[in-house]
Amino acid sequence: MLVVHPIQEVVRLAPALIGLLVAGSSSGGHGPLWSLAGLVVAVLFGTLRWFTTTYRITPEHVQVRKGLVHRKVLTVPRDRVRTVDVTANILHRVLGLARVEVGTGRSDRKGGGELKLDALGAPEAAGLRGELLHRESRTAAAPEDSAGETAADTAAGAFEGAGTPAVPAPRQAAVETELAALRPEWIRFGPFTLSGLITVGIVAGFISRLASEGNVNLGQIAPVKTTLGWFGSLSLPLEIAAGVLILTVFVMIASTLGYVLAFWGFRLTRHSSGTLHVNRGLITTRATTIEERRLRGLEVSEPLLLRAVRGARLIAVTTGLRVGQGAQRGGSMLLPPAPLREAQSVATRVLGGDAATVSGPLLKHGPAARRRRFSRSLGVVVAWIAVCLVLWEWSDLPAWTWVTGLALLPVTALIAADRYRNLGHALVAGHLVTRWGSLVRRRVVLEYDGIIGWNVERSFFQRRAGLVTLTATTAAGRQGYRVQDVELGEALRLASAGSPGLLDPFVSGGRPSSRREPHVPAEPHVPPSDIAHPLISG
Amino acid sequence: METTTLRPPQHRVSRTARWYWAARAAFGWLVLIAVQVIWLVADGDDVALRLAALIATVIVAVTHVTVMPLWRYNVHRWETTPEAVYTQSGWFKQEWRIAPVSRIQTVDSARGPFEQLFRLANVTVTTASAAGPVRISGLDRETAQRLVDELTANAQATAGDAT
Repeated sequence: MLVVHPIQEVVRLAPALIGLLVAGSSSGGHGPLWSLAGLVVAVLFGTLRWFTTTYRITPEHVQVRKGLVHRKVLTVPRDRVRTVDVTANILHRVLGLARVEVGTGRSDRKGGGELKLDALGAPEAAGLRGELLHRESRTAAAPEDSAGETAADTAAGAFEGAGTPAVPAPRQAAVETELAALRPEWIRFGPFTLSGLITVGIVAGFISRLASEGNVNLGQIAPVKTTLGWFGSLSLPLEIAAGVLILTVFVMIASTLGYVLAFWGFRLTRHSSGTLHVNRGLITTRATTIEERRLRGLEVSEPLLLRAVRGARLIAVTTGLRVGQGAQRGGSMLLPPAPLREAQSVATRVLGGDAATVSGPLLKHGPAARRRRFSRSLGVVVAWIAVCLVLWEWSDLPAWTWVTGLALLPVTALIAADRYRNLGHALVAGHLVTRWGSLVRRRVVLEYDGIIGWNVERSFFQRRAGLVTLTATTAAGRQGYRVQDVELGEALRLASAGSPGLLDPFVSGGRPSSRREPHVPAEPHVPPSDIAHPLISG
Repeated sequence: METTTLRPPQHRVSRTARWYWAARAAFGWLVLIAVQVIWLVADGDDVALRLAALIATVIVAVTHVTVMPLWRYNVHRWETTPEAVYTQSGWFKQEWRIAPVSRIQTVDSARGPFEQLFRLANVTVTTASAAGPVRISGLDRETAQRLVDELTANAQATAGDAT
C-alpha cells in the first residue's frame, strides 16, 4: 500500500523519465538534472500524501482527513451517500488495492468536494461499498449485532492495514439479477465511438514529449525517414487523402482497443437491496454502485456515427454522479455502445416500467420549431459568407473562405433538418421524455419526482416564433434538461403535469395569443416597499 | 384560440432599485469615459476621431443609464406563495423561474457595496440543482429580510433532503 502513491507519481512522469534514460549522457546541460529533481519531489509528495490521509466510518458519518500543511477534514453523513465507485488500475491490481470514490448529493460545485480513498485493500474496498450502500440490511441487522457495529466504528486509520476488517460483510445474502452483460459482437461498435481520437492524440503527445525530453530527432530514425520521404513525393490531394486514411485507420484501431479495455467483462446487475452495479474493465477495473432510489432517469445517447450503425449507449441520470466527459461518461455509464434495441430493452428493465418511455413516439414541436432550426443553423453560415464576401471584395481576404461557407450550406441544412426530426417530447407514465440533438442525439427520460423546479426561457426570436425553451431542473445528471422550442401552452402543460398544482397560481388562461407582451403589469401598480403580506396570492 | 400563458409575478422590486441600477451602470461607463478623456488629453494627433468616439460613448452611456433601469424595473418581478417562488427577468431574453419551496436548499441574502449605498439587498434561493438558482435582486432590506424569514420557515416545514 505504501508504494502506490509514489509509484503513481513516477508513472505520471514516465515519459520524462524514459526521455532521461534515452538521453543518457549524450547531453551535458542541466535539463535532465532538473527533471530528476522534479521526479524526486513528486515521489516525496506521493509518500507524504499517503502518510497524511486517514479515514473512518462511524454509524452516522464517513470522514476523511488529509493534507499536511493545509489540513482538511471531509465529513459526509452516511445517508447522503448515493454512489460508490471502486476503481483499480493496473498498479492497484498488481498490489491488490483499489480506489474508492464516494458520490454524495452534492452537485453545486465541480470537483474538490467528493470523497476519494486511494489505495485501500481490494477486499476492504468491496466491503466498504457494501457497507455504505446496503443500509437497509445494515440497520435491520443492527439490534442483534451491535458488537459488529462498534468494530466498524473504531476501524479508523485503516491505511495501516493491520488486518482489522474495517467493515462487516453485508448480512443478507443479496439476490443479484443480471440486466445486461457484454456480448463479444458489441465490439463491432468500437470503431464508431471515436474515443480513439483522444488516444491517438495522447500517444502523439507522449511520443513528442519523449522525443523532446530525450533530445531525439524523430526525422532521423530510418523507418520514419523513409515514410516521410514517400509521403513528400505524393501530390497534395493524394497527401491529404493518405493522411486522412491513415488517421482514420489509427483512430478506428485505437477506438476498438479502447472499447475492449474499458468495457471488457461489462455486467450490469441489480441487487435486491436496491442498488445497481456496473462492473467493467480489462486492465483498469471499475465497479460502480448506484442507489436505485437516487436514479432519476436515463439518457439514451446516440452519437451520429453510432446512430448510423444503429448503436446507442445508456447513461444513468442520478444524483451524486455528474455526467462526465469522454467515452466512459464518468461513472454514470450504464451500458457501453451496444445495439439500440438492446439499449432500449435494458433501459426499460432498469426503469422497471413502460417501454414507451424509451422507445415510444414523441410529440413533434411543429413548423415554427422547424423554421427556427433552419434559420439558426443557416443564419450563422450565411452571416459568415456575407462577412467573408465583403472582406474579399474590399480587402484581400482569400476567396476560399466564402467558398467553404457555400459548401457548408447543404451540410448545415441537412443537420438542421435532422435536428428538427429528432426534436420531441412526451409525458409517459410519470416521466418527462425529451429528445434533441443531431451530432449527438439524446433521449432523456426523467421521472417527475426528480424534477425540482422549472425554468421557462424565451429569446427575442423565440417570442416572435411563439416558442419557449422549458428547462426541468434536477439534482441529477446534467442538472437541467431542456425541452427546446416548444409552444408556451405545451410547456406549461408539461410543467403542470410534472409538478401538479405548483404552477396553477401563476398560469392564466384565455389570452388571445402568447405573443403579446407578457411584462405589461396585469394589475395596477403595487407600491413594493410596503407590501404587508406578500406571500399570499390568488 | 385559447392559450394558457404565465402571468407576470405580482411584485416589482424596490423603486430605489432603478437608481441603484442606474448608478451601477453609470459607474462602469464613467470609468470608460475617463479613460477616453485621458487618452484625448494625453496625445496630440487624430483629435477629431477620438472626440467622435468619446461623444458616441457618452450617447450610448446616457441611453443605457436612462432606459435600462426603467425597462428592468418593468420586467423584473417576483412572487412567493407558501408552495413556490416565482420570478421573471430579462428583457431581450425573458426568463421565468419556478422553484417549489419544498425543494429549497439555501436562502441567501447578499448586499454589495452599491446595494448598501441604496439600502437594497438581493436574495438567492438555491435548490439541489445547479441549474435552478432563483435570484431576486434590488429588494429593499426589509422586504428581503422578510422574504428570507418566510422562505426559511416554509422550507424547514417540509421533510426530506429536497433532492
